[in-house]
Amino acid sequence: MSIDMAQFHQIFFEESFEGLDIMESGLLNLDMGDVDAETINTIFRAAHSIKGGSGTFGFSSVADFTHAMETLLDEMRDGRRKVSQSAVDVLLGSVDCLREMLSAIQDEKILDEEKVTEHKKALDTELDGTDNAASLPVQPSQAIVLNNGNAGWRIAFSPHTDLLKTGNDPVRMFRELAELGKIDIAVDLQGVPGLYELDPEECHLSWQITVHGDIPRSEIDDIFDWVEEHCDLAVQGIEQTTQASSQAFDEQPQSAAIEATPTASAIPPPITNESHQNEKVNADKTPSVGKSSASIRVDTAKIDTLINMVGELVITQSMLSLIGEHFDLNKLDQLKNGLAQLERHTRELQESVMNIRMLPISFVFSRFPRLVHDLSSKLDKKIELQLIGEHTEVDKTVVELISDPLVHLVRNSLDHGIETPDERISAGKQETGTVTLEAYHRGGNIVIEVSDDGRGLDKDKLRAKALEKGLIQDDAVLSDKQTYELIFMPGFSTAEQLTDVSGRGVGMDVVRRNIQSLGGNIDIVSQLGQGSTMAIYLPLTLAILDGQSVAVGDETYIIPLGSIIESINVTERMINRVAGKGETFRLRQEYLPIIRMHEIFSVPNAKATKLTEGLLVVVEGQGIRCGLFVDDLLTQQQVVVKSLEANYRQVEGISGATILGDGSVALILDIPGLVRLSNH
Amino acid sequence: MASILAVDDSASMRQMVSFTLKGAGYDVVEAVDGVDALNKAKSKKFDCVVTDVNMPNKDGITLIKDLRALPDYKFVPMLMLTTESGTDKKQQGKEAGATGWIVKPFNPDQLLKTIQKVLG
Repeated sequence: MSIDMAQFHQIFFEESFEGLDIMESGLLNLDMGDVDAETINTIFRAAHSIKGGSGTFGFSSVADFTHAMETLLDEMRDGRRKVSQSAVDVLLGSVDCLREMLSAIQDEKILDEEKVTEHKKALDTELDGTDNAASLPVQPSQAIVLNNGNAGWRIAFSPHTDLLKTGNDPVRMFRELAELGKIDIAVDLQGVPGLYELDPEECHLSWQITVHGDIPRSEIDDIFDWVEEHCDLAVQGIEQTTQASSQAFDEQPQSAAIEATPTASAIPPPITNESHQNEKVNADKTPSVGKSSASIRVDTAKIDTLINMVGELVITQSMLSLIGEHFDLNKLDQLKNGLAQLERHTRELQESVMNIRMLPISFVFSRFPRLVHDLSSKLDKKIELQLIGEHTEVDKTVVELISDPLVHLVRNSLDHGIETPDERISAGKQETGTVTLEAYHRGGNIVIEVSDDGRGLDKDKLRAKALEKGLIQDDAVLSDKQTYELIFMPGFSTAEQLTDVSGRGVGMDVVRRNIQSLGGNIDIVSQLGQGSTMAIYLPLTLAILDGQSVAVGDETYIIPLGSIIESINVTERMINRVAGKGETFRLRQEYLPIIRMHEIFSVPNAKATKLTEGLLVVVEGQGIRCGLFVDDLLTQQQVVVKSLEANYRQVEGISGATILGDGSVALILDIPGLVRLSNH
Repeated sequence: MASILAVDDSASMRQMVSFTLKGAGYDVVEAVDGVDALNKAKSKKFDCVVTDVNMPNKDGITLIKDLRALPDYKFVPMLMLTTESGTDKKQQGKEAGATGWIVKPFNPDQLLKTIQKVLG
């Protein structure tokens, strides 16, 4: 039977990456002084599974590599080797390397063999170089085979009484022997006790078996391999009397690897090297996001809820069709109740389906302990990472896309935010800085905060820098918030020296753009000398949106509810026309620009063309507020977002489309885009 | 047809074993670790048990020991999946009452051959 092993590859990769994460977090949690045996065991098991799987599924390079890791871990587990920082560092490096190897295989890319060899060498050095040869298994006696064309084997087989209790059955073995060649069997009944003493669960028989034919000794040994300790066995070649007892070879010393002692001189790969590799891995990973999102793991509880919902829906449906069968007006109340129930169940069903796409943010957070561990030692800073709200669930797409911006923010906090231990002490702070990653739900948003108790943003410095770079004018009056937001401008960087930690050519402007492309935004709060907090606000899900539908002529548009501040009727007094800048209106103390929807989208038949006839919806996008002029407000409703790009093409000012209850299409406004559009 | 309990904490290995054996017509029940396996073994008598050694909660060797103590499993063949470096594991396995072992890495044909060997 041939089985296509490729069908198991996907799940093997998934579980291997999970295993690597387990190994990584386990290694990071190891406390040199007080090593937790269960942690080592967990790490070992993960390595062991990857090795077993990779061997079975034909990835021998991975199996070889993991074998060295496994050996090292095994020795730690058995207490034969002390857990040292150098060994942990080598193992962490190997975890990265292995992750890269697996990704390369998964994406069918070429692997950087040199790097693998380098890590393998580091592992072997840690193993004291004795690993390879010594830990190979001692092959049983088949190494020396003494049959040179003999005529068969004479086997004396006397099982111990407990043989049957191992689940082995002599009959099966005879059957196997019979497959090798013609056999003669003679049974010896002498050992059988009298009926009263006989225990039917014990074996008291012994046999003399002759197998005829030119059969390799190893095949005979294979058959008795499992039972050699539960029997007395003598195998003799028929032509020659040389006897190779299978026992003799097994008693050789097992392996020299056991003697391997840890050496302090084992050199881990230079750390700079290692983290460069990390970066490369990260860079390599990004394009493969699309591919890895092919499958999703869902908690079975969520599926159960879903099935329950569908059940409810079916019940409601049959109830409704019963009412419909013999309908008269007396049943109107029943019908209304039924419809209300249908609506409730549909909404619940929708929520549960959306729920399937939700993953805990810990999928993203889990990579940070390692990042902080590596970077803080590289920067010579003492930094503690706090993770809060790891179980907060976010949309799968968000999980995939938020990771890079977050890495950037955390790197910034470590590099620019947290001071060196000396600076901290002289500032009267604790020597160890804290970086906190926190996720929580607020309203319809997920908020992810990256905060540190470092030096905070220096407004004067930011301003001076922006002036120097020509990003602002001399006389610009900036609020605190606007000053902080200077760091999001392209080409802005305050670090006196670009370090290879945070200065990677990717600026905060890219971070903000990435977050905005997810429909979110980012906010900064900072206190000089006390630290800063970057708060990322993201929509709960990207597939459904709370919208306000508005009428413009015969068209309906959807405005994301979150971006609406208020809706007002304007009077002529509030309107102000500025030459070259278009129309504005005064809202309390502020003048806001007006965007006439029917003009910008060229909608005919607008009911309101005079500003006083329609409504102004005050919206905010990217910190800029403006008034959208529409005919009327319709309803608030949840809409399912359909991509416009996928079905048509990108349109400026429009983020997507949805289908309304009556089957017509409504466009969803992209408020920041609309603001930009109106500025031109 | 004979029923087999396949125990492994690694989903890919478990699927591979189970797929192979089902393909050969056996009835296969999967268990994710020793504790799960013991529970399943108690609820139904299997004709053969194939178990991984290194597993969380309860390892394969303890599982075999526990199963052998059950009257239903006194003589049932129990195979362990072990790696080539596991010579001492084989020893421990035998002491616990394992019938035999399959050395990892193995391919589906080897697995089937070994299963056929113990199930006759």
